[in-house]
Amino acid sequence: MNAKTEIYKDKFRHLGKTLRYSLYVIFHPFDGFWDLIHEKRGSLGGATVIFILFILTQIWTWTYSAFPFYFPQWEYFNLFMRILPSAVLFFVWCIANWSLTTLMDGKGKLSHIYMATAYALTPYVLIRIPLIFLTYIFSYDEYTYYSVFANLSTLWCGILILAAMMMIHDYSLGKAVFSSFLTIIAMMIIIFLIVMFFSLITQSFGYFVALYKEATFRLF
Amino acid sequence: MLRRAKRIIICLLLISLVLAPSLQASAQTESYTYSYEFFGLQYESPDAYTPTSLLLGTDLGIGDFSNPKSLFVRDEYLYIVDSGNNRIVVVDRYFELIRIIDKALDDGEEITFLNPSDVYVDVNGDLYICDTDNNRVLHTDKDLNLIKTYVKPEDPTILGETNFIPLKCVVDKAGRLFVLAGNVNQGFMEFDKDGNFTNFTGANPVKATFWQAIRKRLMTKEQRARMILFVPTEYSNLAIDKDDFLYATTTTFTTDQLATMETVNPVRKLNSIGEDILVRNGYEPPIGDLQWGTGGDVSGPSRFEDVVPMDNDTYFCLDRNRSRIFGYDFQGNMLYAFGGLGNKLGYFQYPVAIEHMGTDLLVLDNRASSVTRFTLTDYGSYINDGLAYYKEGNYEESANYWRKALHLNGNYDLAYIGIGRALLREGEYQEAMKYFESKRDYDNYSKAFSEYRKEWVEEHISYLLIGAVVLVTIPLIIGRIRKRFKGGAARYERKDRDL
Repeated sequence: MNAKTEIYKDKFRHLGKTLRYSLYVIFHPFDGFWDLIHEKRGSLGGATVIFILFILTQIWTWTYSAFPFYFPQWEYFNLFMRILPSAVLFFVWCIANWSLTTLMDGKGKLSHIYMATAYALTPYVLIRIPLIFLTYIFSYDEYTYYSVFANLSTLWCGILILAAMMMIHDYSLGKAVFSSFLTIIAMMIIIFLIVMFFSLITQSFGYFVALYKEATFRLF
Repeated sequence: MLRRAKRIIICLLLISLVLAPSLQASAQTESYTYSYEFFGLQYESPDAYTPTSLLLGTDLGIGDFSNPKSLFVRDEYLYIVDSGNNRIVVVDRYFELIRIIDKALDDGEEITFLNPSDVYVDVNGDLYICDTDNNRVLHTDKDLNLIKTYVKPEDPTILGETNFIPLKCVVDKAGRLFVLAGNVNQGFMEFDKDGNFTNFTGANPVKATFWQAIRKRLMTKEQRARMILFVPTEYSNLAIDKDDFLYATTTTFTTDQLATMETVNPVRKLNSIGEDILVRNGYEPPIGDLQWGTGGDVSGPSRFEDVVPMDNDTYFCLDRNRSRIFGYDFQGNMLYAFGGLGNKLGYFQYPVAIEHMGTDLLVLDNRASSVTRFTLTDYGSYINDGLAYYKEGNYEESANYWRKALHLNGNYDLAYIGIGRALLREGEYQEAMKYFESKRDYDNYSKAFSEYRKEWVEEHISYLLIGAVVLVTIPLIIGRIRKRFKGGAARYERKDRDL
């Protein structure tokens, strides 16, 4: 037996174990998130897998849902622009939360925030994927059932994120809610800065282009 | 060597010719007739109506029309209200002059009109003439002997200081006269058979939204006074259909108001107590153009100047903004739109009135002082037949006509949905679902799908039951087997139970 393959196997087993742990976390949020960080029951790899599944679930919902449940104008459908918001918001949330909680006596590191937030998205994946199959069974009159489950998944994720904030930063509930609220404001500021930065860059670039054009017109 | 180089160059040139992107003609060609699909995209359509002839005053040998304001059709005769010349010109269906009405007789005494703006002729041939600048509506018999005049009601609470300016009038079968008067925003003025004012009808309801109400609360008195007054809008025209329902149009609304359809309905159908009962089941409510664009000096939403209800309960609205005519069926689906700004036949400069003679449409252009006649094409008649058979419940026959229409226009949503409906009725649910899905009609799709699902479950009930049993029993069996063959805790568990 090759030692290298053994190492890979071990890593793979560890990933599977940490992934399976997400099922425990969603039903026992407080206990689960505490152990996730402090007992090293979760892993960054597992978090990344869940995050990728989260994005894929969205894509599958768009592409495989039966007719009346989702019908965009496919001619104008841009997959990249559709997944960009959720992916960007996820990372901006992690960064904004980290930068805020370091000022607010939060105990969590950036990697902890990333891991906990990703683990908190598990219910979304677990509920939305079966829902895609259910769209082939439900008629549009039964849309209410569909939306109940869809909203349930979002609500569950929200509660889990709050629980994660409490556990990884060692906050009380009130402080977790408050810091999450501030995080959302910080996210807005970050996005505003990014947009402004890009528009300024474009404008200054345009200025130099115009300058060059002007010069060539004058000189030649 | 030189020849080889030459050959290579020629080859390269040829390749570049092949690889060069071919110039494509613009996809957004403006066709004369078009329709809208689910997402509000404009699709070309064959002509449902074609302009066939044009009438000018000089063709009749009576001089040009001057500022003509309205049209009216009774049976075979077309009445053109030639306001600037203070006369009403009557022509027949071949555009031959029948007579000119420029005066009425009051006990043998001639009375003339001043800037008449509308005429209504009832089934007996009685004329109702809106003698606008004389502030009266004249009611004469068919030989123009005056029967009575409708004037400003004496009660000062009704119009107050405002003059009675009758602009448009219609009469229902009971002899009630509805007058659209200028500077009046309480609705239409209703007069009874004897010429007495009875009441206003069909006023625009004024509704302030929640936020407007809150904002008004927070304002000071001065600010409130400076705000735009929430007054009901005035109507721009009215028409009456064969069942005595009034069709009314309004053009005074802003783009923002149009976005909240609660307050603005550019075209309405009013019942006898003045309620709007127009069916609006189409993709969009009947508001005319969905894509406004900005071309030339034309922008903003369509402004319906006139409406004409047809005999089959479809109705056509005349948009003066882009000089287009929009056809709607009785469910509020847009059938097609056609026309445009211009000088050619079939285009208008400032259309003000539309009327129908049978299936023909007649449009009056105020600025060009002309009347254009449109006749129905095969395509248009297929649509009419499809609608007619659908209305009487003959879905199969209706589908045949929709198929014919589809043959001429593969982009026609109503045809697909019409065929789907027929298939749904025949019980071919899966086929119907295909038609509905292709045009995103999710309501009908849902109906077809529910039926299809029921059928499918009934057919496969045995497999479903077996599947359910298998799903329940297999884990049980596996559990048993594991307990039997595995040691450890499971075995102890079994032993405990035995004890």
